Amino acid sequence: MLKDFTLGQYYPADSFLHRLDPRMKIVLIFLYVVLIFLVRTFLGFLFIAALTFLLIKSSRIPPRHFLKSLRPVFIIISFTLLLHAFFTPGGEVLIDMGFATVESQGLYTGVFMTLRLILLVITTSLLTLTTSPVALTDGVEYLLSPLKKIGLPAHELAMMMTISLRFIPILIQESEKIMKAQQARGADFSEGNITQRARNMAPLIVPLFVSAFRRADELATAMEVRCYRGGEMRTRLHELKYTRQDFYALAIFILIIIFVLVSRI
Amino acid sequence: MLLQVKNLNYFYMPGTPFEFRALNKLNLSINKGEFIGLIGRTGSGKTTLVQHFNGLLKPTEGTVIFKGKDIFGTEMINWREIRQKIGLVFQYPEEQLFGETVYEDVAFGPRKLKIEEGIVLEKVKQALSMVNLDFQKVKDRSPFSLSRGEMRRAAIAGVLSMEPEVLVLDEPTAGLDPRGRKHLLARVDSFHKEAGMTIVFVSHNMEEVARLATRLVVMEGGEVVLEGSPGQVFEESEKLLAMGLGVPQVTELMLALKKQGEKVQTDIFTVDKARQEILKMLKEKRGQLC
Repeated sequence: MLKDFTLGQYYPADSFLHRLDPRMKIVLIFLYVVLIFLVRTFLGFLFIAALTFLLIKSSRIPPRHFLKSLRPVFIIISFTLLLHAFFTPGGEVLIDMGFATVESQGLYTGVFMTLRLILLVITTSLLTLTTSPVALTDGVEYLLSPLKKIGLPAHELAMMMTISLRFIPILIQESEKIMKAQQARGADFSEGNITQRARNMAPLIVPLFVSAFRRADELATAMEVRCYRGGEMRTRLHELKYTRQDFYALAIFILIIIFVLVSRI
Repeated sequence: MLLQVKNLNYFYMPGTPFEFRALNKLNLSINKGEFIGLIGRTGSGKTTLVQHFNGLLKPTEGTVIFKGKDIFGTEMINWREIRQKIGLVFQYPEEQLFGETVYEDVAFGPRKLKIEEGIVLEKVKQALSMVNLDFQKVKDRSPFSLSRGEMRRAAIAGVLSMEPEVLVLDEPTAGLDPRGRKHLLARVDSFHKEAGMTIVFVSHNMEEVARLATRLVVMEGGEVVLEGSPGQVFEESEKLLAMGLGVPQVTELMLALKKQGEKVQTDIFTVDKARQEILKMLKEKRGQLC
């Protein structure tokens, strides 16, 4: 049955960005992040912002979903702005409050860093919004697999990521169900002071843990029954394949980076 | 009229690509003392509907009226009171057990109603006896040490201890063995007949509801598609089968007989009635032969 949850942030739509190979997307987003750190002028930021805007448009995802991704980092962003504004000396004194001053150099770096952070967050959500969690972990596994040689368990890491991502909506659903069931028996999860509230959580936490352990156990058995033995010799249902589009995207991106480097914006 | 559902619409995740219409302008009234069998395939909206009865879900449109009071209207509602009066037993209720002892778990509801501890004891005793669990034997045991059937009955006792007027059971027999199923059905019947509760029994299994219910309500795609006494509903057996719902085996037998050209009624859902009908049919035949 359908419930009120979204798997990760993924927003299904049919767009060029959705169709890109997840490996290429991870690489490109990584380069994009580098690019954001390369620009040093406001003109450069304008350029990147325009580019991001174009990408958001082409993703066919309503822009409010990107703004939503900014909400959890809002505090960090405003903190950065204030910190820079107050504690970076240099330039003219804009506001003098006696115990602290805001100087122009500080304001400038503050705004600069804020823009950088906002772009970073929006850019990374381009990746998570257009890539399903399964494709994402597949991509991570492929990209990490060269590191197997130095003993990094790439497959196991990806499997852990897949399983935990898969279980998040299940656990949310389960806790919603248990909450409702206890509410039907008169439980209220929002009343009383902190200790009372913590105690009120017992009817939710206990059954949730019981079922989480049961599920984990069942999953382990089910995997063992199907002779799951980790990554070696395992074939996949969906092989990842680069298409021409992926290489076009890479080429265009490299050109953009060269442009930014040469024009020094 | 005890409970009335009016033009109920409900959407899961409205405004997202996952939007899903679970209830479609649904109307239903339940009278005091009825035993309603709410039937429908998985995903037909049964569970969504019953969660509106006590305000666990808020309707997208429409409302529910309980004892003349619009519970989604402008009036302030004491939800605890509503939830005490309309007891809701979820699917697989044993998964919600949490108490250290069976007693603690069953006493949870009454304690939340701020009832005196002495009276709570009485209510727990009463509720456990209603589900046929021995109070002395189980009260100090951990609910997790009981068998699955016992756990389920203990969980149902957790709702009964609040002494609801309406008891809604969501697929209470799912995952039980035939004996546990039969046993539980007998208990539910006694809640209706002896304790005088109004029952809403949610199920996708016609067989078990047909014999107990005074009225059947069949749901499909978030709407009520058939409604009436079991006899009336089983007259439309072909329709039920087309919806992917099973009909009781005896009803199927009568349908098969009718298909072969025998003159029998098909609104039959108990073995007894079927026996009478078949005897009647045979007698008539013999009459022709003589």
